[in-house]
Amino acid sequence: MFIEKLKEAVRKILPEVDVVIGYRQGFDPLHATPYFLDKPEQVDQLIWNPLCVQNLCSYIPFLKGKVGVIVKGCDSRAIVQYMQEKLITRENIKVIGVPCLRVISVKKVMAAINQQTVQEVTFEGDNIIVKIPEGPKTIPSADVAPRKCATCQLATPLQYDVLAGEAIQSNKPQDTFEETKEFEKLSLEERRAYWEKEFDRCIRCYACRNACPMCICQDKCIAESRDPHWTSQRANVTEKAMFHMIHGLHLAGRCISCEECERVCPMDIPVAKIKKKISMDLKELFGYEAGMNPDDTPPMYTFKVEEATIEEHEI
Amino acid sequence: MADTGFLPKENLPALLEALSKKFAVFAPVLDGEVVLFKRFAPGATLCLTRPANLPPKGIIFPQSETLFNFNFKKDPEDPKKTSLELKENLDFVPTIIFGSRPCDAQGFRIYDRVYLETDTADPYYKGRREKTTIITLACNAPSPGCFCTSVGRGPAESDGSDLMMTELGKGYFFEPMTEKGKEIFKDSLFEDGSAYKEQAQKAHERVSALVKKPFAILEGTPEKLLSLFENSQFWEGETAKCISCGACTYLCPTCYCFNITDEQVGNSGERIRSWDACMFFHFTLEASSHNPRQNKHQRLKNRVGHKFSYYPKKYQGVIACCGCGRCIRYCPMSVDISEIVAHAQGA
Ligand code: SF4
Ligand code: SF4
Ligand code: SF4
Ligand code: SF4
Repeated sequence: MFIEKLKEAVRKILPEVDVVIGYRQGFDPLHATPYFLDKPEQVDQLIWNPLCVQNLCSYIPFLKGKVGVIVKGCDSRAIVQYMQEKLITRENIKVIGVPCLRVISVKKVMAAINQQTVQEVTFEGDNIIVKIPEGPKTIPSADVAPRKCATCQLATPLQYDVLAGEAIQSNKPQDTFEETKEFEKLSLEERRAYWEKEFDRCIRCYACRNACPMCICQDKCIAESRDPHWTSQRANVTEKAMFHMIHGLHLAGRCISCEECERVCPMDIPVAKIKKKISMDLKELFGYEAGMNPDDTPPMYTFKVEEATIEEHEI
Repeated sequence: MADTGFLPKENLPALLEALSKKFAVFAPVLDGEVVLFKRFAPGATLCLTRPANLPPKGIIFPQSETLFNFNFKKDPEDPKKTSLELKENLDFVPTIIFGSRPCDAQGFRIYDRVYLETDTADPYYKGRREKTTIITLACNAPSPGCFCTSVGRGPAESDGSDLMMTELGKGYFFEPMTEKGKEIFKDSLFEDGSAYKEQAQKAHERVSALVKKPFAILEGTPEKLLSLFENSQFWEGETAKCISCGACTYLCPTCYCFNITDEQVGNSGERIRSWDACMFFHFTLEASSHNPRQNKHQRLKNRVGHKFSYYPKKYQGVIACCGCGRCIRYCPMSVDISEIVAHAQGA
């Protein structure tokens, strides 16, 4: 059983660190919840399944001491990006890597079962079986996976100190940003109308920001500051859009595409689309992908007189 | 006329259209996968099968409202002299909240003690509250995270509602609870409901039994939480996974804290009142830059404490959580307030 290997890895790491962050069962069978443990007897509460969705790396920059953390492929890009930006001391972090081919989006499952109460969840082959009051419902996992998993190349995390299980290879096609390119074909007015409708629902709870592993300003975010005064407390689309532009642009070349922002949004706003567009542009302009190589310098952190991939205008 | 009524389902749009002629009617409408209270318009996709993602609190206590506009006027004779013009914003229209859930309506009861039942009632809250009629739909199944029966409420609780409705097969059973509710009830679309009363009662009991019970009793909980106030180890443990966002507070039908800011351009501007959240760092940030709630465990302690200890201590034991479960259901990290309370009881 994989879970035994994971527990084994955690038991091994535990004496070397102050805390290990993993997952335990949440309030219902469909929800996993982050679990902070520091005692061997807590290890048995750990779980591992495709519902372990949260990117646990987000906590690390704010923790003191030595931290062990359970990390999937996509999450591991946060570790790499923290290293690039010197936000962590790598020696203080013990990364427990888990091979992963797909997680499951709780929102998509909830939509598929019409938001009913879940009594039991089991996994069988490539299906998730969700028991609701009217009986069990079998859903192919691929149908309810977040979009990031469809093109994920990181079946094995980029960084790990211990790997629970065997390293595996991705079996997915490369991301070609199809959805973004399709969206760009719409007229400016259509795109504007789309985002106005989406942002209208935003309640500015900042869950998207606080869950983002790369939003490290947190309490100092200019979306809330009075000085400088970029946004007001009015609840209109202009203010909401302004916040999302701040969030998006501050992640240019830093967003690691974990899509936590979108996962956590209680208003179901597809905010990761904005970051995806920016990531696509960064890749095109600078040939850069965030969180892939610890020795990279994020393009916005540096200046080159001539960029290899940008054609200079003649003066 | 009869004390209770029955409305066949196909007549529901007609009822809402009739009410829309006299009131601003807000009803739960599907927007993608999200249910939100929106101004009812014929043809809207009503969603009555589950509670709205966002409770209707904003209809009476808006996320952001202009309290008044101000304008500093310079005296043309003597530019050093300025006078101040104020324009208050106290026009409220007759409103109906249709299809709220019992917990949503209970939320307003929590606010009433703070904003109405004092010698300095809040004119904005009072203005809207008095002009609003609340038509509540009893739940026919609990949603993930619901625990209303554990906090002294229930899926058919009528306190806070003017008119109660219960879904029964082909239609809805209606029962007015207040004079305001009786007014609505006069509408000729209703049939006599007396034959359905017992059936509704049975439905209420059935659903009540399905709601999960994270704790058996609440007695002693306010005191217990107070005794844990200085126990930062307990709170740090309970809140380690919280990311200190505003989702739980903004989605909560009983959270009523606000912020006040002035927005001024040149000589004129407006004073805005907007929702605030004790989960935000800035909530207690003082001008000196000192912050008494520097850490997130202090903030979540306040959120739990306010609902399960400070409010009940102040208001005859009433728990300021109606158990709607939204903060559990939509928390990015699946923090469970009922679990924290249960842990506190056992600590
Ligand atoms: S993106 Fe990759 S590593 Fe991340 S959850 Fe999906 S499959 Fe797993
Ligand atoms: S999580 Fe959603 S509702 Fe909250 S601020 Fe972000 S986009 Fe807005
Ligand atoms: S409890 Fe959940 S919703 Fe509330 S602040 Fe913490 S993470 Fe956000
Ligand atoms: S604290 Fe949570 S469960 Fe209680 S009323 Fe607020 S949102 Fe609902």
